Amino acid sequence: MNTPGTTPDAAPEPGAAPLPPDDAVSAPEAAAAPGPAPQTFPGRRLHPFTPFRRAWAPVAVLVGWAGHDPSGAQRQLERLTGSMLLAGLAVLIPAAALYGFLSWWFTRFAVTDSELRIRTGLLFRRTAHIRLERIQAVDVTRPLVARIAGVAKLRIDVVGAAKKDELSFLGEREARALRAELLARAAGFAPDAARTVGEAPAHRLLRVPPRSLALALALTGATWASLLAALVVPPLLWFLTHSLWTVLGVALPLLGGAGARSAGRYVAEYDWTVSDSPDGLRIDHGLLDRTHETVPRGRVQTVRIVEPLLWRRLGWVRVELDVAGSANSVLVPVAPRAVAEEVVARVLPGVTVPAVLSRPPRRAGRVLPVWWRGHGLAVTGTVFAARHGLLRRRLSLVPHAKVQSVRLTRGPWQRLWRLASVHVDSGAGRTVTAGLRDAAEAALLLREQAERSRTGRRRAGSS
Amino acid sequence: METGRAGGAGTDGTQGDGGTHDGDDGTQGDGGGTCTGAEPVWRALPPGLLRMRRLLLALWTVLLALLAGVLPGLFAGPAWAASALLPCALGGWAWWLLGRNWRSWRYAERADDLLISRGVLWHEETVVPYGRMQLVEVTSGPVQRRFGLAGIQLHTAAAATDAAIPGLVPEEAERLRDRLTELGEARSAGL
Repeated sequence: MNTPGTTPDAAPEPGAAPLPPDDAVSAPEAAAAPGPAPQTFPGRRLHPFTPFRRAWAPVAVLVGWAGHDPSGAQRQLERLTGSMLLAGLAVLIPAAALYGFLSWWFTRFAVTDSELRIRTGLLFRRTAHIRLERIQAVDVTRPLVARIAGVAKLRIDVVGAAKKDELSFLGEREARALRAELLARAAGFAPDAARTVGEAPAHRLLRVPPRSLALALALTGATWASLLAALVVPPLLWFLTHSLWTVLGVALPLLGGAGARSAGRYVAEYDWTVSDSPDGLRIDHGLLDRTHETVPRGRVQTVRIVEPLLWRRLGWVRVELDVAGSANSVLVPVAPRAVAEEVVARVLPGVTVPAVLSRPPRRAGRVLPVWWRGHGLAVTGTVFAARHGLLRRRLSLVPHAKVQSVRLTRGPWQRLWRLASVHVDSGAGRTVTAGLRDAAEAALLLREQAERSRTGRRRAGSS
Repeated sequence: METGRAGGAGTDGTQGDGGTHDGDDGTQGDGGGTCTGAEPVWRALPPGLLRMRRLLLALWTVLLALLAGVLPGLFAGPAWAASALLPCALGGWAWWLLGRNWRSWRYAERADDLLISRGVLWHEETVVPYGRMQLVEVTSGPVQRRFGLAGIQLHTAAAATDAAIPGLVPEEAERLRDRLTELGEARSAGL
């Protein structure tokens, strides 16, 4: 569509002015507080591209309203004449432009001695003071439109904050510099040194070639199942109901789901690169939207190595992880087993993926026929590893130092066959279960696991 | 049936630092982690909890039996009043189950972790290391208070941790809370 005609008349101020130390005791995390008067908040503005991007918000509201009630919107559209349309646009465009401009004008950020401050909002003002030493990770994302315009979005991950604070948009070079500075400051560099220390060196561990990614997606059952559903269900519905709206209402989500599972995943996981750097593992990926994430070492709670049935011949695996307070869940979309295990060893220091797992006793087949063979357990000096699933094998690893509590459960049927399950709860809300163990072994496991997680924590704490 | 558990005075255990009761209780000696091989000292729940649950059960049983007996007796003939026997039988069965369940509950404080064991048919045993406790909560509803009981609930960073003791004598609950908080601070390990 068209872009608002307003151009910001004030260039962003170069560089942050040094701030006097904050007199008040600042909140430990991002705290919403009534900000000081606009004049007293020095700092930088975002990139002048921002208002153009933000101006889409009123349009999005209109489109959302139209999508909410399609038939009503159609009736309204039929009544519209050319002059009314023009008049509407004449109101809409300046309104959008004004909104975009104002929201840009009133957003400022500054890096002080101890904090990153972001102030946003025209009517409802929000000032976030983020303590630099609490910053866990800074992600740079570049959506397609932003890539064309040469800008980037900065997302700041803080312990305990439910949602990430965003700085969108910054110039690409500025975003990179700010990210390096924030991470250097979070790592404890002095303010002056942090500006010059630059980005921490990284060396590449793995890169997924486009061919293997395409092949891996083609060999995933879910991709084909969703495609099949999208192709079979709508004709069937048409045959049954002959109602166009019902068919469309079902077909569109199905097609969308199929697209997201195949092409969408390919586009999102394209050129997946994992590299090692002092502040954690860096992940870069995306064909259209480039995303740059950091997985901080030591905050990974569990790691899962997933092995779908059709990948097994090729020896490929997928690695997923759970990080406390983060939504990142995929570490490696597809890689040969040996390479994936090397990456796992980087993300969980000192951990080797156990190769041999012990099966449950044979009588477990009475409780869970056939599928009992998929269960397995291995406990090493550093991790508790349990596998389940027969066709799609999932091996979950929890370092002993991350165990929050250990539970043993035994139902009546399991009791009859002298079996029990041991659950290990980790911090990211994930529970790893070693199912169908011999009852005596499970009781011993419970005791030993409590002991191991205690000593594991001690060791992790002292080192 | 347990209506008295919800609500009540939630006490934020992280503030309690006083009340060092180290003397009489059967703690397993603080001499480090060498005592884990020994069998822990188990404690049972107070009989007041069983009494409270059975009283509530009896109340509900009588109510249901009256309903099941009087209504059919009035509308369908006096013979139908015998249907009151069904709630009575169920109540009797639940009476026995409550006793069994109450006997199965026990907990033990070890040098470095708290053990909670419960359930007969569906047995569950939980181990929570002191260093992992984020919050210790003591709750007591109106019915619980009437019977001189208080429940204690432990929270860790994992949502799946369901370490709770439904009824304790308030002094014991407070002692446990203070001790757990104290040990949790000493052995704190965070995430």
